[in-house]
Amino acid sequence: MLAILVFFPIIAFIAILLGAPARLTTISVAAANLVLGIYAAFSWQCTCWSLSLPVLEKPALNLAFGFPDGMSAIMVLLTVIVTLAAVLSGKAPEGKDKLYFGSSLLISAGALGAFAATDLFFFYAFHELALIPTFLMIGMLGRGDRKETAWKITIYLGLGSIILLAGLVWLANLTGTYDIADMIAAKDKVDPASQISIAALLLVGFGTLVSLFPFHSWAAPAYASAPAPVAMLHAGVLKKFGLYGLLRIAIPLVPDGLQTWLTPLLVLLLGNILWVGFVTISQKRLDTMLGNSSVMHMGYIFLAIAALIAFPGNPLAQPAAVLLMFAHGVSIALLFGLADRIERNTGTLDLQDLGGLAKSAPKLAFIFGIAAMASIGLPGLANFSGEVLVFLSAFKGYNGTASLGPVQIACILSIWGVVISAVYMLRAYRNIFQGPAVKSTESAADLTLVDRIPAVLLVLALFAVGLYPNILLNLLK
Amino acid sequence: MPAYYLEALTITLGLILLMAETFVPTKSKAWVGIAAAISLGVILVLTTLAIGPDAKPDATWAKWPLWNFYQFDSLARFYKIFALVTTIFVVLLSVDYRKILARFTDHPGSENGTGEFYALPIFACAGMMFLSSAKDLAGAFVALELVTVTFYILVAYMRRNVGSLEAGVKYLILGALSTGFLVYGIAWVYGSTGTMNLTNLQSSISNLQSLFSLLFGIALVMVGLGFKIGAVPMQVWIPDVYQGAPTPTTAFLSVGSKAAGFILMIRFLEPFLASELTRGPVIKLLIILSIATLLFGNLAAIPQTNFKRLLAYSSIAHAGFLLLALAAGASETAGSLSSVQVVSFYLATYLIMTLGVFFVLSQVRIQRDGENITDFNGLGKTNPLLALALTILLAALAGVPLTAGFIGKFFVFSLAVEAHLWAGVGVAFIAAAAGFYYYLGVVRAMWWAEPGDRAAVTLPLISKVCVALLTIATLVFGIWPQPILSLLR
Repeated sequence: MLAILVFFPIIAFIAILLGAPARLTTISVAAANLVLGIYAAFSWQCTCWSLSLPVLEKPALNLAFGFPDGMSAIMVLLTVIVTLAAVLSGKAPEGKDKLYFGSSLLISAGALGAFAATDLFFFYAFHELALIPTFLMIGMLGRGDRKETAWKITIYLGLGSIILLAGLVWLANLTGTYDIADMIAAKDKVDPASQISIAALLLVGFGTLVSLFPFHSWAAPAYASAPAPVAMLHAGVLKKFGLYGLLRIAIPLVPDGLQTWLTPLLVLLLGNILWVGFVTISQKRLDTMLGNSSVMHMGYIFLAIAALIAFPGNPLAQPAAVLLMFAHGVSIALLFGLADRIERNTGTLDLQDLGGLAKSAPKLAFIFGIAAMASIGLPGLANFSGEVLVFLSAFKGYNGTASLGPVQIACILSIWGVVISAVYMLRAYRNIFQGPAVKSTESAADLTLVDRIPAVLLVLALFAVGLYPNILLNLLK
Repeated sequence: MPAYYLEALTITLGLILLMAETFVPTKSKAWVGIAAAISLGVILVLTTLAIGPDAKPDATWAKWPLWNFYQFDSLARFYKIFALVTTIFVVLLSVDYRKILARFTDHPGSENGTGEFYALPIFACAGMMFLSSAKDLAGAFVALELVTVTFYILVAYMRRNVGSLEAGVKYLILGALSTGFLVYGIAWVYGSTGTMNLTNLQSSISNLQSLFSLLFGIALVMVGLGFKIGAVPMQVWIPDVYQGAPTPTTAFLSVGSKAAGFILMIRFLEPFLASELTRGPVIKLLIILSIATLLFGNLAAIPQTNFKRLLAYSSIAHAGFLLLALAAGASETAGSLSSVQVVSFYLATYLIMTLGVFFVLSQVRIQRDGENITDFNGLGKTNPLLALALTILLAALAGVPLTAGFIGKFFVFSLAVEAHLWAGVGVAFIAAAAGFYYYLGVVRAMWWAEPGDRAAVTLPLISKVCVALLTIATLVFGIWPQPILSLLR
C-alpha cells in the first residue's frame, strides 16, 4: 500500500511530461499524498502498508516498502508535509513549469521511496533518484552562480553516494542479504575488523549527504542558488536521508565500528556547530545564511547519534534525533519558503539592502518571526523539544561522580550553538524587518491568502510538535 | 532446427543483399538497410527454435563432426541474440546516417557508394554468432577473423574522409599485430597441451610437467583478445579509431566487437579457470588487466572534449569492469550469479545504453556538424525530450541507481567483494566516481549551457523510435532485470 504513496508522484511526473497541467497536477498529488501520508504514519503498525515484489532472484532483491518502525513513519510524514508546502510556495519561471513541478515531484517520490524502502538496494536507489532532479533544477533554474554550484553539489554528493555504496555492498555481502530486517538479524556475521572500515565508509558517505563538517561546503551555496521548492525539499527532507541511514543501518549493524570513530565524529560535529556557526554569523545574504544555518543544525542531530553510539541502548537518543530531524525539516523549509517570498516581493536578499519590511508586510514579518524563533529553539516550538532531548540524551548514562566524558564535553560546547543561532537569526530579523523602510521594502507586497496556506501548514506542524511532542514520540514506541 | 542454420541463414542473407544491392538500380539505398534489419529480425525469432545435438541425438545432423568445434548452449544462444540485436540497431543507425556516408564515399548527393555498408555488418554478425558457439581454437580464430576483416572495411568505409582512412590504417596495423599475438598464443597452447579443443584442454592440463609454456600461451592469447575488448595493453587504437570511423561502425565496434572478444575470452578461459593448476595465475593476470584498464579508461576519459572520443575511453572503462567480474572467477551458487552471467548481463545493459547514445550522437553529428561535447550545449532547451533520454542513458552509463547500468555495476561490485578482490574493488570505486564526473559533464552541457545559435535537432523516425525504445529499456531493466537473467539459464 505504501507503494501508492511512492509511485503516485512518479505517475504524476509522467502525466506532466505527457501534457497534464503541471501546477494543478502537482498540487493535487501532493495534497492527496499528505492525507494518505498522515493516515499511514499514524497507523504504521498495521501490516497492510507492507508490500514486497520480487524483482531479482540472485541476489534476492525485492521492491519492498513498509514501516519497520515509527522512525520511518515520521520521516514519511515530514516528507508529505514539506512536499505540499514546497509545491504550493514555489513559483515556476515563465514556460518552465513542467520541469519545475515535475522535478519537485520526483524529489518527493525519491525521498518517500528511500524512507519507506525495507530493501537496502531500493533504500539507496530511491535517494539517488531524488538527487538527479535536484542537480538539474539547480543547474537550470538556480540563481547566481548556478552552474558552478550545481556542478559542485553533483560531484560532492555523487562521490559521497559512491563511498556509501561501497559500505552498503560490503555489509550486504557479509550478512548475505539485502533485506534490511534480515541484515540486522544477521548482524553477528559482521566481524570486528570489517566493522571499523564499514563504519568509516558509512560515516563519510552518509556524512557527506548530511553535510557533516568538513564535507559540508556544497550545502550553503547549493541552497542559496536552488529554486525554492528544491531548497525546501532538499534541506528539509532529502538531507535527512543520511541521518536516517545512520540510525537505520549503521547503528544496528556496526555499533563497535562506530565506537572507534566516536571521538573524530565528536570533533567533526563540533565543527558543524561552532565553526559553521561562526561562518553563519558572518553571512551577508539571507539565503547563504539559511544554508549555513542548516549545515550547523545538523551538528545537534549528530550529537544525538554520538550519544547513541557512546551508550548503546540510550533510550533518549533516537527519539531526540528523530524529533529534531522532523523539527529542523519543517522549520528550515518554512524559512527557505519565506526567503523566496522576500526575494520575490523586494527583489533582494542582501541583508544590507533590506529593512523595515515589517511595516509594509506585517504578516510576512510575523510568520518569519515564528520560523526564526523555532530555528533558535524557543520553547513551544518543535525544535526546542528536539534540542532539549538531544542535550539530555548526551548526559544519559553519565555517572555524576566521574569526570565528564567526551560526549558530555561536546554537548556542553554545543549548547553554545544555541547562542550562535540566536545571534544570527535575530540579527537577520532586525536587518530585514525592523528599522526604517528602505527603497526595496517601501512598497513590498505582503503575503496573500494563497501564500499563507503553505506557511500556516508548516507553522501548525511546528506548534503541534512543540507543544505536544508525544504526538511523534508515541509513534516511536 | 539445428543451431548452425542461424549462421548459414545470416551469411546467405548477407550475400543476397550484396547481390540485390548491385543489380537493383535505385537512387536511394536505404531499402537495403531496412531489408537487412527486418531479415535479421526474422533470424532473431528463429533463435528461439534453434537446438543443439543433445536435444535431438537421433537426427543425422546431430552426428556430424561439426559438433566437434561447434556447441550450442544457453550462453551461445544469448550471444547469438546479442549479435543479432546489435546488428539490427547498427543497420538502422546506418540508414539514418547515410547522408554523411554518401558525402564521403561517392560524389555528394548520390547514395551509390553506401549500399555495402548495410550488408557488411551482417557478415560480422555471422562471425560473432559463430564465435559464441566456438569449441575449438582453430574454428574460433576463423570466426574472429571474419569479424575483424569486416571491420577493416567498415572502419575505413568513408574513403573521401581523411579521419576514416587514418582510423582504417591504424585499425589494420594494430589488428594484424593482435592477430599475430593470438595465433602465436594459440600455437603455444597447442604445443603445450596437444589439443585445440576447449573441452579436452582441461584434462590435458593435469598431465603437464611444466606450466610455463602453457601460461605463456595463455598470456599471449589474452593480449590478442585484449585488442578486441579494448583492454590495456592493447587499448591504444581505441580512441583514434572510434573517433575516425563512421559513427555506426564505432557503435558496432564498441558493442559487437567487444562482446565477441568477451565471449571468446569466456570460452577460452573456462578450462583454465576450472583447473586448480592454472586458476591462480589466470586470475592474477585478469586482476592486473582489469585494474590497469579501469585506471586508464576512466582517468583518461576525464579531460576529453570530443564526445565520440569520450565514448571510446568509456568503452575501455567498461571493459575494465567486465574484466573485474571475470577475475572474480565465481561460479553460480544458490545465492549469487556466476562471473559469466554477470559479464553477459553487463554487456547486455551496455548494448542498450551505448547504442542509445550513439543514435543521438549520430544525429547531432549530422545536424550540428560536430561531435564535441559543446555541440550538445543547450540541447535541453532546444530538444527537452531528447535531452531527457540522453540524460537517462548517460546516467545509466555512469551507474546511477534505478537504471540498467547500475544493476550491472552492482553485480560486478558484489562479485568482487565476495571474491575479496580488495584492490580491484577500490580501483573500481574510484573508476565509478570518475565515470560520474565525465558522463555528467555531457549532461551539464545539455542542460546548463546556452544553445547559442544552434538549432533544434530533429530526429528521423527510425532514430526516434530506437532512442525511445532503448531509453525505456534502460529504465525497465534498471528496476526489473530478471528477463535478461532468465535468458542466461
